[in-house]
Amino acid sequence: MSPNALYLQTPLRGVSNFLFRHSKVLLAVLLGPPLLWFVVIYLGSLLALLWQGFYSFDDFSMTVLPKLTFDNYLKIFAQANFDIILRTLAMACAVTLASALIAFPIAYYMAVYAGKAEKGFFYIGVMLPMWASYIVKAYSWTVILAKGGIVYWVLNKLSLVGVLESFLQLPYVGGSTLSTSHFGRFLVFTYIWLPFMILPIQAAIERVPQNLMQASMDLGANATKSFRYVLLPLAFPGIVAGSIFTFSLTLGDYIIPTLIGPAGLFIGNFVYVQQGAAGNIPLAAAFTVVPIVLIAIYLMLAKRLGAFNAL
Amino acid sequence: MTLAVEFDHVSRLYGAVRAVDNVSLSIADGEFFSLLGPSGSGKTTCLRLIAGFEQPSSGAIKIHGALASGLPPYLRDVNTVFQDYALFPHMNVLENIEYGLMVKGVGKSERRSRAQEALASVALAEMSQRKPSQLSGGQRQRIALARAIVNRPKVLLLDEPLGALDLKLREQMQAELKTLQKQLGITFVFVTHDQGEALSMSDRVAVFNKGKIEQVGSPASLYNKPVTVFVANFVGSSNIFNADIGLRLLGEKHAFSVRPENIAINQNLSDCVSISGAVRDVQYHGASSRVEIITSDGLELSAVLSNSILQTQGMPSVGQSIALSWPKTAIVPLRD
Repeated sequence: MSPNALYLQTPLRGVSNFLFRHSKVLLAVLLGPPLLWFVVIYLGSLLALLWQGFYSFDDFSMTVLPKLTFDNYLKIFAQANFDIILRTLAMACAVTLASALIAFPIAYYMAVYAGKAEKGFFYIGVMLPMWASYIVKAYSWTVILAKGGIVYWVLNKLSLVGVLESFLQLPYVGGSTLSTSHFGRFLVFTYIWLPFMILPIQAAIERVPQNLMQASMDLGANATKSFRYVLLPLAFPGIVAGSIFTFSLTLGDYIIPTLIGPAGLFIGNFVYVQQGAAGNIPLAAAFTVVPIVLIAIYLMLAKRLGAFNAL
Repeated sequence: MTLAVEFDHVSRLYGAVRAVDNVSLSIADGEFFSLLGPSGSGKTTCLRLIAGFEQPSSGAIKIHGALASGLPPYLRDVNTVFQDYALFPHMNVLENIEYGLMVKGVGKSERRSRAQEALASVALAEMSQRKPSQLSGGQRQRIALARAIVNRPKVLLLDEPLGALDLKLREQMQAELKTLQKQLGITFVFVTHDQGEALSMSDRVAVFNKGKIEQVGSPASLYNKPVTVFVANFVGSSNIFNADIGLRLLGEKHAFSVRPENIAINQNLSDCVSISGAVRDVQYHGASSRVEIITSDGLELSAVLSNSILQTQGMPSVGQSIALSWPKTAIVPLRD
């Protein structure tokens, strides 16, 4: 090969040289299509949805009219609808808190103590349930929690059914049976979303250098203080990341509230009913804004608490 | 004399590995004491045993007379400057320095003023609001130091604190550390693998090898009177001769060493040992040159000679045959 072979002008070589000299063109060629997809499919449809929230719905003809109104957004604050939001929000908070409490010790063990094989076992153990169909899991919980299900059977053997029944009498957590109680619904939500909390916390703790905890102890802090002042603040971005999943997934879910727990809609069910049976797309669209706003408020609070200082 | 740290037959085992093997050691109060050795020699494990991050498998450790073995790190009156500083990334410089006082419940105004004082002592007063990520390596080093000394520990432990700094900064920090130690009057226990650093800073040095202490002494005694082959090799550079050559050259069957700077060329003085060979290499070092020769029976040795003397004598050239000689007083007998 002659030394000049590299400079031979073939058409492809010309294009390649042109792109090399004009890196902005190259960037546009490479990034353009995926960016277009993202903007049109994700942001565009989301904006279209929000825009739909301003359309009118004619109750008699059951049709959507392109007449702009604030009515749909105002209806969010009607007592019955606002109760739906509060119910969903309370559940999302409880599920997030419980997931964080269960996930943290597991994530900490995975990140700090688990050896290579053990860590692989944990990863698979955490992710395996996510590979199974979500609906199958939700349905199987209705059986597990039902009267005559395994939970009742075990409690019966331990003569603790009475305790469960008086627990289910409590307001806000109770219901007639475990599978139709708020508490049962909470259990299933926590079960289903837990992996989404474990993995981000584990990743966050893994990034905390181990000698920081040693430095903390060296400076006179016992384990509790070291946890509070060093580990927790540094793992907090992971907890927030995980809680965004558990929080928003709970806010938007409509299958678990349908299958498990007492009567009373969640935001997801309400949207489902409005856009399906009722055909009131504008009201359904207005309601989908609620989780978005709630998450935004949640992130603002988290930021104010210093959740992202360690990033 | 009060003892700051005492090791009484301390061992630390990891399975079958004896990281620290039956070490006994006394460090006096107010001393600048270095633990010197290659990596894996047990010096850092010893430091971690004092800090409390490790517990001895056997033996006892006392800090200022009180038994420390079994106590967690936060109950020990010692502080550590970590090798990679271990500054808290989510706190600013001042919060980092205040941390030890904060967790011990020292009032806000007192800890603020003590932290400011510590920050001033490392000459970084204007950096108090920065985050560690906004500091250079040398600055982080000083903050780590301030964070430790603000607690006024009885013993300050330093784990290769200068290892990550470039040469110039390292030399400057060596001098500053030494000054600071004199000012504070605290015992410094300094871990390093750099023998030059250990010699220039310490009052006394313990040389570690394979979990055991080879020799403890002042820098001058380690350099001039090494007792083992390992120390003669590790501290400074040496010509080391094994026992057979000892028998041949000196008539005594033990290993010995001669420092290269104690060797002269082509000078037949009385009471000298002489050896001749061909020059293999001459390295120019500015103030001095290093001349390496190899004898006819394969013995290698090197001499370091001042260039002002060499210029009057004439620079030896590679391949030339010369005689190297040293006074008998320069011979240091060694054991293996």
